[in-house]
Parts: sequence; C-alpha cells; structure tokens
Amino acid sequence: MATRLPGTDVVIVGLGAAGGVAALPLADAGLDVVGLEAGGRLTRRDFAPDELRNNMRGWPFSVQKCAQEVPTLRRSRSDTAVQGNGHPMMNAVGGTTLHYWAQSWRLNPWDFRVVSATTERYGSSRIPEGSTVEDWPFGYEELEPYYDRVEHEIGVSGQAGNVNGRPDPRGNPFEGARAREYPMPALRWTGFLYRMASSARSLGWQPFPGPAAINSRPYQGRSGCMYHGFCNRGGCHVDAKNSPAVTTIPRAEATGRLTVVTHAHVRRVETDNQGKVTGVTYVQGREEFFQPARFVLLASYTYENVRLLLMSKARAYPIGLSNNHAQVGRHYLSHHQGAGVTALFPSDLHAWYGLPAQGVAVDDWADDNFDHGALDFIGGGNLWVYSDRRPIAAAGMNTFGLAPTWGSAWKAFVRDNADRTNSAYIQKTTLPYDSNYMDLDPIVTDPLGDPVIRITAEYKQNELAVADFLQDKMERWYLEAGAIKVTRGGLGGQMGVSTHAYGGTRMGDNAETNVVNRYGLSHEVPNLGILGASVMGTSGARNPTLTAQALAWRTAAHLASNWRSIVE
Amino acid sequence: MADTKPQLISRRSLLRSAGAVGAAAAVGAKGSPAATASSHESQLTPTGEQTSDNKQPRYIFEQLTADEAELLEAIADQLIPEDDLGPGAVAAGAVTYIDRALGGALSESRDAYHSGLAAFDRYCRSSRDAPFLELSHIDQVSVLIDVETGAATGASTGFTGSSSSFFSMLRSHVLQGTFGDPFYGGNQNFVGWDLIRYPGVRTSVWPRLQTQLEAGELSPNHRSAYDSEYFEKAVVRTATKGTYHGD
Ligand SMILES: Cc1cc2nc3c(=O)[nH]c(=O)nc-3n(C[C@H](O)[C@H](O)[C@H](O)COP(=O)(O)OP(=O)(O)OC[C@H]3O[C@@H](n4cnc5c(N)ncnc54)[C@H](O)[C@@H]3O)c2cc1C
Repeated sequence: MATRLPGTDVVIVGLGAAGGVAALPLADAGLDVVGLEAGGRLTRRDFAPDELRNNMRGWPFSVQKCAQEVPTLRRSRSDTAVQGNGHPMMNAVGGTTLHYWAQSWRLNPWDFRVVSATTERYGSSRIPEGSTVEDWPFGYEELEPYYDRVEHEIGVSGQAGNVNGRPDPRGNPFEGARAREYPMPALRWTGFLYRMASSARSLGWQPFPGPAAINSRPYQGRSGCMYHGFCNRGGCHVDAKNSPAVTTIPRAEATGRLTVVTHAHVRRVETDNQGKVTGVTYVQGREEFFQPARFVLLASYTYENVRLLLMSKARAYPIGLSNNHAQVGRHYLSHHQGAGVTALFPSDLHAWYGLPAQGVAVDDWADDNFDHGALDFIGGGNLWVYSDRRPIAAAGMNTFGLAPTWGSAWKAFVRDNADRTNSAYIQKTTLPYDSNYMDLDPIVTDPLGDPVIRITAEYKQNELAVADFLQDKMERWYLEAGAIKVTRGGLGGQMGVSTHAYGGTRMGDNAETNVVNRYGLSHEVPNLGILGASVMGTSGARNPTLTAQALAWRTAAHLASNWRSIVE
Repeated sequence: MADTKPQLISRRSLLRSAGAVGAAAAVGAKGSPAATASSHESQLTPTGEQTSDNKQPRYIFEQLTADEAELLEAIADQLIPEDDLGPGAVAAGAVTYIDRALGGALSESRDAYHSGLAAFDRYCRSSRDAPFLELSHIDQVSVLIDVETGAATGASTGFTGSSSSFFSMLRSHVLQGTFGDPFYGGNQNFVGWDLIRYPGVRTSVWPRLQTQLEAGELSPNHRSAYDSEYFEKAVVRTATKGTYHGD
C-alpha cells in the first residue's frame, strides 16, 4: 500500500527544463508546490572536464532512469520495433539542462502558422500529403512576453536582430520582434568563427551569433562562461550554464512554497470517478507514496509524459488519461538534426576551447525565409557552425580518404589534422504525419515492469528534400571559407530516440486533434496540465527548450491567475 | 603472470624496432600530404624518448592474462606505433587503460576481449601459420586488415559476429587509452595529447589564452582533470543526496 502524504496545491512531475521553470511563477503566486524528481541533485563539483566519462561512457545517465526505459523503434506499423541504444536525457534536479548545449532559440513567426502561411503564399496543395500539421492556436506575438521573461529570468546571451521592429544588422534579420535586447551580449567568437561569418557575407548571407542560456559575463551573481571545452554533455563547473537547477528552482525554493523531492519516480496519475485527477503515485527506493494534489503538471519529457498518460488508465479514461479522443502519442516527430556536413581545412581552427552554443548561425535557408515557388518542399534549416573539440573524438576523426585509420600514416595525419575539421549542425523543419506516432510497447518493459514507449516513425519526402537542400548550402559555405574536403551524412530514414522529441500531447483549440488547449491544460481532464515540447505541433529549424520554457511559464502563470476557477 | 613479463618486454621492443622501419616505409609509400607537413614539429614534445620500459613501475594486469596482454600490446603497437613522430599506444599505456577499464566501466566488454583475442590468435595461426607476435611487420598489418574489414570472420576463427566489430571495439578503446585523461591509466606522460597538439585541460580559458592559442604561443599544460581537488571523482553521488520521505 502506498503511504498517503499530506496534500498540496500543485504537483510537478519532473524538475527539468520545463518543470523547473514552471515552479517559480506558481510559488511566487503563493501556491504550494511539490516537485517530484526521479533523479538527485548534482552540483558544479560533479562536473569534471572529463571526456571519457561524459562523452564516451555516457555518464551521467548510464545508471539512471532514462537508460532503463529507452523507447523501441520501428519505421512503420508493419515492422517489429527494436529498443534504441540509449537515451541521452538526464535524470536530476534541472533535468537535461544540466548537460545540454544551451542554445536558446525563439521560434520564428512562420513556425506558428505553417499551414496558413504556406497556403497564402503557395496554395494548400503544398502541405505534404499525410501531414497532420496545424497552425498553433496563437502567433509568435502571444508568446513574446514569455520568451522575454524566461530569457531574463534564467539569463540568455545573444545578439538581437529586431527590437520592436527596429532591425539590427548584427542579429538575425528573420527573427520576430522582441521587446528588448538580450540580457547579455553574445558569447565570444574565435578566429575561425569570424572567418566563417565573413565567408557567409561574401555569399550574400546574413550570419549572426546564436543565443545561449550561458552567461557571457557574470549574471545574477553567477560566473561568466569559462570556455573550457567540456560543455557538450558535461555540466558547468562554474554555474555559467543557466539550468533551472541554478536559477528558477532555488528561487522557487527560497519562497518556501516549493518542496523538492528527489529520487521520486512517478508511475501513475490517479483519477477519481468524476474524471478529476487526485494526485500521483511514486516509488522512492522500495517504498511507494501517494502525493495528493489539486492540480497535476506533467513535465517529465515527451516520452515519459506520453507514457504516464497511457499507463494512467481509469474508469473515465479507459485508453489512457486525457485520451478519450485517441490523440495521446499522435503528431509525433523527432527533430531532423542529422544529415550533417563535415569539412577539413588546411590549417588549425583552434577549436579546443569553446562550446557548442558558441557559434555563427545563418537563417537565410530556414522556414519560409526564401522563395519555395520552384522547390518541392516547404520549410528549411538553420546552419550552425560552432566550436567544440575534445581529444579522444579529435583523434577519432574522419580521415576523408586521405589516410588509413591506423598505423604510422594515420598517426601523421591526425597529428596534423586533429584541429582542422568542423562539423555543422543543421536543424530542419520536421512535420508531423498521420503515420508517425508513439504508443506503449506490447513487450518491452522497464525494470519496474512498466511498458516502454514505442516510436513508429520515419522522415518523409519533405524532410529528406530539406536535408539535401541544406547540405548543398552548407557545402558551399565551407568551400567559400577555404575547406579542402567536405563530406555529408546520410539524409535519414527511421526516426530515432531524440533529444528534440515533439508532439504526443499537442496543443490546439480543437479537442478532436489535440490533447491540451491553448494554455497547456488538458481538454478532457479539468485539473491536469502538460509541459514540454510534447505540446508543440511544429519544430521550426532550431532547438526547442526556450520555447518549451516560455510555454511552461505561460501555463503556470495562467494556472496561478485563474486558480480558483480552474480547481474549484 | 609476473615472470612472463621480462620476455614480453624484450619481444615487444624487438617488434617495435621492426615496426618503426615498416612504418616509415608505409608513410613514404602512401605519400600522404599530411605525413610530410612539418609546420608543427616544434610543438611536439618528445616525451617518448625517455619512456623506456624498464624505468616504468610495473603494472600487474588484473583482467587480461599475460598472453592476452602481450597480444593486445602488439596489436596496439600496430594501431598507433612508436615511430619518428614519437611514442604510440604502448608507451601511452593504452593496454593498462583497457585492463583497468575491463574491471570497471568496460566490464561488459570483458567477454568480447577474451573471446575476440582467442579468435584473433586462432586466425593468425590458421591463416599465417604462426602466432601474431612471430609474424613479420607486413604480415601483422595484413592480419589486422583482414580483421578490420571483416575478412577474418568465419567458423574456423570463432569471432562472435564480424571480426570488424571486434576491431572497431579495440580501436576505439586504444584511442581512449591513448588520448583520454591520464586519470584512467592511459595517455601516460600526456603522449597522446602531445601527439595531436591538444593544449590541455584548463578550467578557465580567458580571451588572452585563446589569443595565445591562435598565435601558436600556448604550450600544453599537462594536467589531468582530477589534478584539482575541486572535482568529484568519476562516481557520482546522486544516490546519497536529496530529500527522502520516511527518513
Ligand atoms: C546533449 C544534449 C544537448 C542538447 N542541447 C540543446 C540545446 O542546445 N538547446 C535546446 O533547446 N535543447 C537542447 N537539448 C534538448 C533539451 O535538453 C530538452 O529540450 C529539454 O531538456 C527538455 O525539457 P523537459 O523539461 O521536457 O525534459 P528534461 O529537461 O529532460 O526534464 C525532465 C525531468 O523529468 C524527470 N522525470 C522523468 N520521468 C519522471 C518520472 N516518471 N517521475 C519523476 N520525474 C521524472 C527527469 O528526471 C528530468 O529531470 C539537448 C539535449 C541533449 C541531451
């Protein structure tokens, strides 16, 4: 029997990027919040600059929850799903923001209205067949104040391109208008990044520094970035990476309203016979607890949000909580981040000390920033060239067919070339399709016996065409900057377990096709809300987290200001 | 195990001199543009010159048998040989690294090593009529190419799966043992980092340091991440931290 704990106003399941942000506006409004977090607390002393541990051995997730519930994968309904190799998300207070890259993008205005913008410019026939894409229930302008709030609350460095409609040529000419500048200037550039920016300009493109939830100078009493080169899958040793673990969570705890419970693995959301949620059941060690709550917010990342809903069947929700319209798990997409391009340069790039959020971006080929009239796809990609290099991976470099992969000739090759390659990160428009979805795997379970998520999904023609088009652009850019060899990754096929997993609990006004409403609250369950990219219906051409955090803040603020009418 | 050591060393050094000659020839033959580039010579620290085997404290293998360790060293010596560019995987202690890791983080690979090395040995004997250590440099190279490409796969050898997956596991662990943090037993005397001109682990890289790096004026600092007491060692203590109900 589960031990029944004293009740609370709100329980948040998962204190990562989204849940860790939502806790603050709730606590500030005077609501009592319990944050249930499957992982423990890590501090900056846990974050050694150790490539073997962080990047080769998969610390810190190898012994943790995510690794034991890796989704199974298959391309289509007729295939057998096979469990993926790993799951790079983090289980700890702060979630994956502890070791993420911290690129902190706003979506561009087009991403909110893919259907209507495409239809207006090219006609409705240009929406790819089988896609279930919808416009968001609101436009970029609605989210702007929340982007602004989160950028200042956690600290984001960057260069504005459009402040209140006033263009700034140093920033992104395609971004939506922002109310004010970033709270900190962009991270510094290396000589190589300056060179790439000037090559982009010679091509007539408009390069700019990308935004990062990383301090470019001391902010809120925390250090500026030390550029030591171990940021990618490593936590920050000086707390310059602005995870909720060092920003919103401690601030919410300081109000006295947030109680953080670590090592609490939630397995089920409980429901009464009227269809209201009553709280959640979790295990901690070998003990089971029931945490009653007047409102439940799921913030356990896309796969776990969907899994918890599908596992929490009840009389009122026979095929899963909030799933009476059979939309939980639908409109899924793994962001297309593959199909990279790698270049070899004739001289050293000096990339040993840097971080993947330090770089130069080009948005000229993203979204609908260029004419698609004569093209066979919609959307595009963001080109991102960044600084990131560590010795084991550098020695394991692609030899571009210029040397064998071992022996003396190889040794001579890596001696000269270990610091001469660069790989671009190209994030691309990825659409939801009717045949891409998540459900519970019928066979594979985690150690507690709960089924894992099964992903049935593949990239379609539109994604492959975007990938090919963007590789051409990237190759041109590298050659313009003097690269002597360029190679391209495959265009992609089956969708994998993703760090950018969208959909499954999509947000929209229509309850027939969406799980949550425009505020992130369930269409069916009166006292349940969902946070994270699982509510997003489009990906844009950039990382999801800042958008998920702005949405989380908005949901929490809506809940706090309408508390009585929502829970009573 | 200990008494087979001296023999191991003498065979290995013999092998190494043979390897160096072969390696030089291979470089010439390949004519790789990289092989002749010399702009960075000055930054190479010839630490390898001083690392003669009998001065090193003897490492006692715990996971690998003496025969396995000897074979693995000979393979590692082909993958990253000691040559005129300096020391290679053997001097870096790559096999020490692997042995230690097989007792811990890489323990899941232990069986793959035992069976893979046995299959490797059988393949040498059946296809070249001699154990690997007795083969000429050229024959060792050709055996390794067979294993790398998967040509050594077959019932008579007993590689579980393709021989190429055994090769790629070996190669990635030899890279880890040569270019990883010395804390884990490899990259001894920072020979791996010096080889690829990695300027070292630094916890703060001010703009001035980046400028020095770009000007070619930053010398390697030769530090392990764990030289500083600041960092917790590899084991993370999440299990003992945080709030518990029912405490
Ligand atoms: C290496 C890497 C680099 C990345 N780089 C970027 C980047 O540059 N920019 C960007 O925007 N995004 C990036 N991402 C993605 C980013 O990390 C995610 O978008 C973001 O963390 C998702 O937020 P979340 O709150 O939904 O999930 P998380 O941050 O993962 O938090 C979920 C939390 O819920 C907890 N939890 C899960 N299940 C349960 C349960 N059953 N009970 C209790 N608690 C539970 C987890 O322990 C975790 O703490 C990166 C990801 C990785 C892995």
